[in-house]
Amino acid sequence: MVSPAPHFKDTATTGTIMADVLIAMAPAVIAATIIFGFRALLMTAVCAASCVVFEYLTRRVLKRSNTISDLSAAVTGVLLALNLPVQLPFWMAVVGCLFAIVIVKQLFGGIGHNFANPAIAARIFLLLSFSQPMTTWLAVPVTAEKVVGATPLALMAQAREGAEVAMPSVTDMFLGNIGGSMGETCALALIIGGVYLIVRRVITPTIPVAFIGGVAVLALLFGESPIEHILTGGVMIGAFFMATDYTTSPVTEKGKIIFGLGCAFLTMVIRMFGSYPEGVSYAILLMNIITPLINRATKAKAFGGVQA
Amino acid sequence: MPHFKNTTEYVPEVMPVPEKVYISLHQHMGAPCDPLVKKGDTVKVGQLIGDTQAFMSAKTHSSVSGTVEAITTITTNMGGVDQVVVIQTDGEQTVSEEVKPPVVTNYQEFLEAVKASGLVGLGGAGFPTHVKFNLKDLNAVDTLVVNAAECEPYITTDYRTCMDKTKELISGCKAIQKYLELKDIYIGIEDNKPKAIDLLKEVTKDDASFHIVSLQANYPKGAEKVIVYEATGRTIQEGQLPFQAGVIVSNVTSVAFLGEYLETGMPLVTRTLTVDGSAIKNPKNIIAPIGTPFKALVDFCGGFKEEPVKALMGGPMMGIALYDLNYPLVKNNNALLVFGAKEAKVYEETACIRCGRCVRACPMSLMPAAIETAYKLEKTEELKALKVNLCIECGCCSYVCPAKRHLVVTNKMAKKMIAPKR
Repeated sequence: MVSPAPHFKDTATTGTIMADVLIAMAPAVIAATIIFGFRALLMTAVCAASCVVFEYLTRRVLKRSNTISDLSAAVTGVLLALNLPVQLPFWMAVVGCLFAIVIVKQLFGGIGHNFANPAIAARIFLLLSFSQPMTTWLAVPVTAEKVVGATPLALMAQAREGAEVAMPSVTDMFLGNIGGSMGETCALALIIGGVYLIVRRVITPTIPVAFIGGVAVLALLFGESPIEHILTGGVMIGAFFMATDYTTSPVTEKGKIIFGLGCAFLTMVIRMFGSYPEGVSYAILLMNIITPLINRATKAKAFGGVQA
Repeated sequence: MPHFKNTTEYVPEVMPVPEKVYISLHQHMGAPCDPLVKKGDTVKVGQLIGDTQAFMSAKTHSSVSGTVEAITTITTNMGGVDQVVVIQTDGEQTVSEEVKPPVVTNYQEFLEAVKASGLVGLGGAGFPTHVKFNLKDLNAVDTLVVNAAECEPYITTDYRTCMDKTKELISGCKAIQKYLELKDIYIGIEDNKPKAIDLLKEVTKDDASFHIVSLQANYPKGAEKVIVYEATGRTIQEGQLPFQAGVIVSNVTSVAFLGEYLETGMPLVTRTLTVDGSAIKNPKNIIAPIGTPFKALVDFCGGFKEEPVKALMGGPMMGIALYDLNYPLVKNNNALLVFGAKEAKVYEETACIRCGRCVRACPMSLMPAAIETAYKLEKTEELKALKVNLCIECGCCSYVCPAKRHLVVTNKMAKKMIAPKR
């Protein structure tokens, strides 16, 4: 057999990378199930399955090759599920999956060609379409009466208005015993998953460090608690799992720093001045959109290269 | 990347002279040689059998004693057609009267001797050494970088040179230093060969001009621009040759050969190479006459232990796949690797996921994924700005790509696209 060099290839394929991402999200899914109950696991399964089905059907209708075996659709499904309130009706979640896979991913050419992270775009789509159910959070710990609770960020926003609020403890924030989307609350689980991705070299630490560090520094500058800001809302899941999406983040390390800091800046601007208490999804979406510009501005300088 | 240096402790074994050898008259970069012998002629070991007036070329000598059976042609694995001298061996290995130690007292005589030896870059490039050493201004160069990195997986011949031909290596270095009027000699070795590093440090400890540099073992440490930078801190700028950065870079086995040649006068007629790969029964390092068919090398290693699927001349990263095992051994071939179905796996190409691994892997800090896009759109200005011309074709981008895209192949074609038309 004759073929061009190199004759050896690394064993990592798109499929193995996506499998690693799924493994890295497992702690967050488990934490969500412990905190919010069995429905969290069910929601994850529903989203993952519908994303895979939508991917298969779209590729089929568009007469393109079948790509479900690269597991990227399953990743989108799990990631979207982790970004939803646990009691969201399933049909709404399925509509979100449809939007993520068909509109954001496949209509733009499939894996590698989407301009925005499908899971984030779908979350924002759902937030705008079904605002009420998308911002109704279960009180944690979940009790039989299913009391509606508030997220720590909403509490912080109320506090800024001068209201007296009882913030949860830092330990509860770290372990995820707070209100919020089912996968974003448990910082511990997300950090375990993030470290796994870094150790497996699926991602470099650049974006998470720039993002989380940027949020912490800006929180200090705004005179608020950096710990509360990085442990609440979507900062952890955003920094480790969503901002690091290959297709929609810059390729060079310099670009990744700009991207991470940009996400942090936009997140804090929305949190402090916007009408929403949370801004991670919007921040990442906006940075996704300017990623091509960052890529253009941060081209690597060739070793020994002489610019004409 | 795994190193697979299976044959590290295998001292090269001299292979018996095969029945026939096929000596190519074009085993180097530049102009091919014209045959100096004809059918029926008797030849001896070391006898000049091919030469040319062209400057950019290297002489060809007979590796055996015997009778010229034919002057014929073969299609090379690169698609070219080369003349070969087919010699029926007599098994006597009678040494030619032409073989005698050269008299070298100055730079000109040194150049003549290098030219007469038929030496080419033995690391794989096959660049005629006398051309490399031919400098207009000796003052422009002050440093010799001996490339003993041997970063390609499997291959261990340069390591064996360090261990088994230490004396010749040092005398070769000293000769180059003397006649090219060089100040320093850097020998760069990857740190996965600690014994070689210790040995060379030991034998050069009384000579302050020697610097044995331990390099972190990762491919492509032995790439010319990379090893010059790592060993001396000098950067070879775009469009420059090493001498413009004040260095001469030479493969360690080439230098050791030179040391040996200056003493014995025996030109380049044998080649030490690694024969390895999953399909080879007994992987070995072998010293074989140039022109030995690969099939004979495989037989000497006990034949195949599984169905051979892919055979390579050179290492797995930059080696060339052979379509025919009857192809003969040439001067610059440091390995013959034969793989079974498992190792020769070919992956399906899938969509680029823009993970940036190729960008991080590139030793020249290029952006292979961006080059691929620009190439497909035929954006030549963009390709020039992306500096694809600096690609050293090491294959790291293709190796790491999880989508298994043929990035290095695209780079090679992109280089052609922007190259000045001749």
